[in-house]
Amino acid sequence: MSDLVSLSDVRFSYPGPGAFSLRIDSLSIARAEHVACVGPSGSGKTTLIHLIAGILVPESGEVRLGRHRISHLGNGHRRALRAREIGMVFQEFELLEYLSSLDNILLPFFVSGGLRATAEIRRRARDLADRLGVAHTLPRRPRRLSQGERQRIAIARALLGSPSLLMCDEPTGNLDPHTADTTLDLLFDQARAHDAAVLMVTHNHAILDRFDRVVDVTSLARLEPVR
Amino acid sequence: MRPAIWRLSFRHALAHPLRTGIIALCIGLSVFLPLTVQTLMARYRHTLTARATSTPLVAGSKGNRFDLTLTALYFRRGGVSTIPLRASEELTSDSLCVPIPLNARFTAQDVPIVAIATEYFAFRGLTPSSGTLPLRLGDCVLGSSVARRLSLAQGDHLYSDQREVYDISKPPALKMRITGVLAPSGLPDDEVIFTDLKTAWVLEGAAHGHDDPKTIDRATLLAQTESHISISGALIEYNEITPQNAASFHIHGDREALPLSAIIVLPRDEKAATILRARFNASPAWQMVVPSQVIDDLLSYVFRIKSFLDAIAILMGATTGLLIALVILLSMRLRAREMLTLNRLGCRRFTVLGMLVTEMVMIMSVGAVIGLAASAGAIALAPNLIQSL
Repeated sequence: MSDLVSLSDVRFSYPGPGAFSLRIDSLSIARAEHVACVGPSGSGKTTLIHLIAGILVPESGEVRLGRHRISHLGNGHRRALRAREIGMVFQEFELLEYLSSLDNILLPFFVSGGLRATAEIRRRARDLADRLGVAHTLPRRPRRLSQGERQRIAIARALLGSPSLLMCDEPTGNLDPHTADTTLDLLFDQARAHDAAVLMVTHNHAILDRFDRVVDVTSLARLEPVR
Repeated sequence: MRPAIWRLSFRHALAHPLRTGIIALCIGLSVFLPLTVQTLMARYRHTLTARATSTPLVAGSKGNRFDLTLTALYFRRGGVSTIPLRASEELTSDSLCVPIPLNARFTAQDVPIVAIATEYFAFRGLTPSSGTLPLRLGDCVLGSSVARRLSLAQGDHLYSDQREVYDISKPPALKMRITGVLAPSGLPDDEVIFTDLKTAWVLEGAAHGHDDPKTIDRATLLAQTESHISISGALIEYNEITPQNAASFHIHGDREALPLSAIIVLPRDEKAATILRARFNASPAWQMVVPSQVIDDLLSYVFRIKSFLDAIAILMGATTGLLIALVILLSMRLRAREMLTLNRLGCRRFTVLGMLVTEMVMIMSVGAVIGLAASAGAIALAPNLIQSL
């Protein structure tokens, strides 16, 4: 299995007094591999996801996404690559309250320079919503949806562009165990259907056996005081 | 700009109706106030100046020159003392001018009755669209707007408004015959009823008609000599002038003292105008003014008020600008999380900025349209501004 994501000798530090720098010697994720990322709060899980997505840029080292050295690309290219290759499900879902569910699913296609919300994309958005069981919520605004429905709309948004990497930050954190299970089923099903790798940050140890691999950030990354 | 940006901006504006409405109204007000004031002032200036310029001189009794000019030009009632008919006759003595005496002291259904010499119609280029100009005592012709508003036409009758209802010695309301309707002129002449000067004097009570003293009830006959008859005020005067009773109408007292509101003076030339003004203004009781100069002076007062309104408009515009800046800054703050999400989804900074700008442009456009529409409405509903002077 070829690597989709690889990090080597990455060092990143947040600015400010008392900040810590994060060092990751090596990490790779294969295509279609499902990886769970665990660790206590503040250990650098979200930073890791943001480094892979190109939201953050390391001070040194290299982050690769497919054949692209995302850590060495300019801001515009990183945005375009992120929009095209990565689907993200945020802990708080990050749906825009003034848009309908359908428009929220289509949002990356509205705002990303390289993507267009064509009729085919709209059809796919409806199809995805149907498969995730939220087709009936498409005209509604997010505030009129249940937590589970919001979750699935966020997943549909992440999957719409057929990304090669799906990154989820505590996607089941706010859900009851049953809804969390159902949501994970849907997420994995869709990821398999799109042949996408999954990197999921979670505190829920009960679901770890559903992943191909579990990465503990505390053993992967070192936090050092910034000198 | 991508259509999707318009869509997102539009949705965001719609989702916050109160904020959007307040900004749009502020913009609308900022457009409405200066535009309406500017347009109305321009119209006001143009109308006043045009009518004043076309009227060479106006004569009347000494007093407020603004009142005199507005009475002669716009038939405004009240404020001016009367000038005797003698003044008009003196003006004709050496052929330096054509005087057009007028009396605008009465109304019918609250519409000014302007009693005027027939030369006025040729001077203003007024012609009847139906019927004729007044032919005999008690006839009147209606301005086009009056005819439309009162639903009256040639052949109908109209009563003057009685000023003294409880004093039987005062003249009764006069039933006037409408002989025609003037073609629309777009001038204040559309808003009045024209009649001849003698009819005005009947309305004044200076002239009247009644039964032949030889045939009246002897109880109303107070005194009689060979040359003079005194009749009680209880004698009923005619309140309509007909071919049968027209001959009985007569004037009491000094004919030369009959009242006029003003005299429009058409001098033969510039020199004649100068001579007339010098001669007329030498009188302690009368004055002759140049309407264009009077209106210029009046406008200078009015435009001082306009400067004040302009200052308010500028202040309001600046306040609106600051409000919009504040809203944008607060929006950016409130929408920081949304911006972060968009960034994470691959949205370019330019696109985020474009969304904010597009939304403001949309709201400002709506506000501008509201302001323009309100201004157009206000301007359309204020056609009689000059008449309300």
